Amino acid sequence: MSAADRYEAVIGLEVHAQLQTASKMFCGCGTRFGAAPNSQTCPVCQGMPGTLPVINRRAVEFGIRTALALSCTVNADNRFARKHYYYPDMPKNYQISQYEEPLAEHGHLAIEVSGASRQIRIQRLHLEEDVGKLLHEGNLETAQSSHVDFNRSGVPLMEIVSRPDLRSPEEASVYLRALRAILIYLQVCDGNMEEGSLRCDANVSLRLRGNRELGTKVEIKNMNSFRHVQHALEHEVHRQAQTLERGERIVQETRLWDPDRNHTVSMRSKEFAHDYRYFPEPDLPPLQVDPRWVEALRASLPELPAARRRRVMETYGLTVHEADLLTQGRGLADYFEEAARGYPRPKIVANWVLNELLRELPGDDDRAVAACPIPPRSLRGLIGLIDDGTISGKIAKDVFEKMYRSGEDPASIVRREGLTQVADTDELGTVVDRVLAEHGKVVEDWRNGKKQALGFLVGQVMKATQGKASPAVVNALLAEKLPKG
Amino acid sequence: MLTELPVHELAARFRGGQATPGEVAAAYLERIETLDPQVRAYLTVTREAALAQAERAGARFKAGRPLGPLDGVPIAVKDVLCTRAVRTTCGSRILEHFVPPYDATVVERLRAAGAVLLGKLNMDEFAMGSSTEHSAFFTTRNPWDLARVPGGSSGGAAAAVAADLAAGALGTDTGGSIRQPGAFCGVVGFKPTYGRVSRYGLVAFASSLDQIGPLAKDVEDAALLLQAVAGRDPMDSTSADVPVPDYPAGLTAGIEGLRVGIPAEYFIEGMDPEVERATQAAIEVLRNLGARTQPVSLPHTEYGLAAYYLIAPAEASSNLARYDGVKYGLRVPGARDIVEMYSRTRAAGFGAEVKRRVMLGTYALSAGYYDAYYGKAQRVRTLVSRDFQQAFDRVDLIVAPTTPNVAFKMGEKEDPLQMYLNDVLTIPVNLSGLPGLSVPSGFTQTGLPIGLQLIGRAFDEAMLLRAGYAYERATPWHERKPAFDGALPREGGRFPLPPREGEG
Repeated sequence: MSAADRYEAVIGLEVHAQLQTASKMFCGCGTRFGAAPNSQTCPVCQGMPGTLPVINRRAVEFGIRTALALSCTVNADNRFARKHYYYPDMPKNYQISQYEEPLAEHGHLAIEVSGASRQIRIQRLHLEEDVGKLLHEGNLETAQSSHVDFNRSGVPLMEIVSRPDLRSPEEASVYLRALRAILIYLQVCDGNMEEGSLRCDANVSLRLRGNRELGTKVEIKNMNSFRHVQHALEHEVHRQAQTLERGERIVQETRLWDPDRNHTVSMRSKEFAHDYRYFPEPDLPPLQVDPRWVEALRASLPELPAARRRRVMETYGLTVHEADLLTQGRGLADYFEEAARGYPRPKIVANWVLNELLRELPGDDDRAVAACPIPPRSLRGLIGLIDDGTISGKIAKDVFEKMYRSGEDPASIVRREGLTQVADTDELGTVVDRVLAEHGKVVEDWRNGKKQALGFLVGQVMKATQGKASPAVVNALLAEKLPKG
Repeated sequence: MLTELPVHELAARFRGGQATPGEVAAAYLERIETLDPQVRAYLTVTREAALAQAERAGARFKAGRPLGPLDGVPIAVKDVLCTRAVRTTCGSRILEHFVPPYDATVVERLRAAGAVLLGKLNMDEFAMGSSTEHSAFFTTRNPWDLARVPGGSSGGAAAAVAADLAAGALGTDTGGSIRQPGAFCGVVGFKPTYGRVSRYGLVAFASSLDQIGPLAKDVEDAALLLQAVAGRDPMDSTSADVPVPDYPAGLTAGIEGLRVGIPAEYFIEGMDPEVERATQAAIEVLRNLGARTQPVSLPHTEYGLAAYYLIAPAEASSNLARYDGVKYGLRVPGARDIVEMYSRTRAAGFGAEVKRRVMLGTYALSAGYYDAYYGKAQRVRTLVSRDFQQAFDRVDLIVAPTTPNVAFKMGEKEDPLQMYLNDVLTIPVNLSGLPGLSVPSGFTQTGLPIGLQLIGRAFDEAMLLRAGYAYERATPWHERKPAFDGALPREGGRFPLPPREGEG
């Protein structure tokens, strides 16, 4: 048994999701990403003396919606608390977060890994404010000055903490994707890890298989993409296994993932861990959540990714894989269902979405799907043109590309460019005769049993008609005109 | 003299045309220039802005459209309240040059009522203290005896009102910081219910205890000032959505039949006998006015001080964390890294008392100590509040001395614990979030003012004002004025800070 197989990984994830509210968590400033430094700030999110926070109701609503989607219990009474540490990107030197009384607790999320379903428990979900960003002049170690941009300071964050129920980096990755899909479906977070609107820290420990006791955990930070999460966790599991195999002990610490060097580096050990000195935020009264509000939000929850995947698969007769891809984003699933509505062969529509549309845009990006130049109706129209013989499937792919570039509807493109399929037997018969005459050698080969010669001849006819010839008619004509064996 | 008039009389003269806001503002500014070098109540005088505001108020009166009872009335505010474009120091080196880009809600409301802002008043640094000796800049003197402290932390506000250097003032009270200096300086000091007045723009000391209130020449003025600033503010989530009654209109209803509780625990050992006698005499006055007195018990009073000195420093350690040299205020240059910049800035920017409380509070919140200190203090706080609730089942009002002693000499209380004991009778009121009113209730043989504290139910400020008004009408104490004019030579007359700044 190899070192890695002797151990079982125990992983818990802490996910921070930036909420897509119009204004910040505790003030009225905007939350747009990429605005000029400090242009979206006010005395409150700059932590100026005498300013006070006011809770953003919309952020609470987003938190509750997510909590319900994760089957959490929403606490009727919850509280904000101050978390203290000194860092120049945090204007008050404390972060308003939630500690002992979070917004929601005790949820779960089902994931599927290698065909088996696993229930991952959610420990808690709470709201907090984001910090600003530091910009150093040059390298951090040698920078002579640094600047602070408080645009992000006070942007609402939701922290979702799982129980240590994940057993492999792969499971962690699947869990994170499933969670992200829910956030995107709920339209509470755009899920963009590269821009930092979705962040993930992990707690990793190892134990001998069959052991129930938990090992010493290590916290991994700075994983800015799905790839990083998987790589960092694989690396950490490997590192811990090697350490244990050497008979050494795991040090409780925080390690940073360095994607350039593909390893983790120690940031601080337990002895230097922060004492955050949490205490209830005196500037905010306890947040009381009306159960009727919670019920109203529950009633308004959209169909969630897992349910939709199942329904799409069953309703349209698709494979798991197809349904999975089609429901990766709420926008894409809506697009597909709209395009397939009333169409007798939805599988064809699915193929077009999966093979052509997803070549053009990321299917999990609702904004990109919403901005798609081809409306679902036009995609259906294009498929209709194939069905009624107006164009061939091959031409249709060209038309699709043109539609995507110009936003035009398929019929206009076909008409303007004269792409209508030629099915006229006389007209095509002339072409076929010419091709047979020009390729006597190939015809000879065919007669001698070289059946692939037929494909070449079809190709030549297509070439001569710029692809507009109806393949069915061409095949029939060739069958008729080729000399019989 | 115009500067001796209470706000309500000034307002009457403005309406009657016997005086103009312009001449009253000028009279106050002149008096500040002549006498404040002795009292040292002001950290900043906004002379030009005040004259401009007074002129606009005058124009409103001329046009027959005054804004209300505070229109044209010269007011000053404690330097812990943010004023747009006017330096707000909190009595600290760390904010010595801080100019807020916003007004505190109370300042905004005063401006909206037409009040003329004379300037910013001295205080103990970040409102931590009971003598104004902890101001980083200078100590304010008690107008009744310039060798004595005015109390604190709103010492500048109390002294300014007592010396007629402002018609009225706003202070803040976290553990007695309005009522104690009010008592020491012989003026009315009113701490409203927690949540009655917005804290937005009040630079926080202890967020769960801080409350803004007036220091005034008489009870009616206190009612007018509170009226102007009270009420729910969407910018302060802890401000209460409780209707604000017409305070001045309720003043004259009398106290016939009012049930007044006398807490034995507030007549503590070591109390100045003259204070005790004055308080007993005041109780007799209330009885003569028709009040029915009875003893009440507030058994957890003695633990209030200890609980307060954990809760307030804990919150302060958090609230003051933002003063780090990064964004505004003092930054001590020359540090090699950020941690050194923090330490140098905070070491140079904070005074000893602030450092003491930040350390106390940091300790009380630390892992492993939280339950024993902060947690336990919160439980004591609940018990102290419950004492009051039970007492208010039987009485409408509680009466006690405001302080156990009268104004002490500058430098007399060097031991911090001795200083803390000053607030032993005011702190339980803050812990319980209740309103407390201090009214002048006599003088010692040496001529130092004594204060009587009236404590009411939450949001029942009207009751306190009514009782205070009845008492005041029946006694002469509020009429006496300190006779310090020219009693001491001017002390150089030089402010350690430029006396004016900005346009209000």
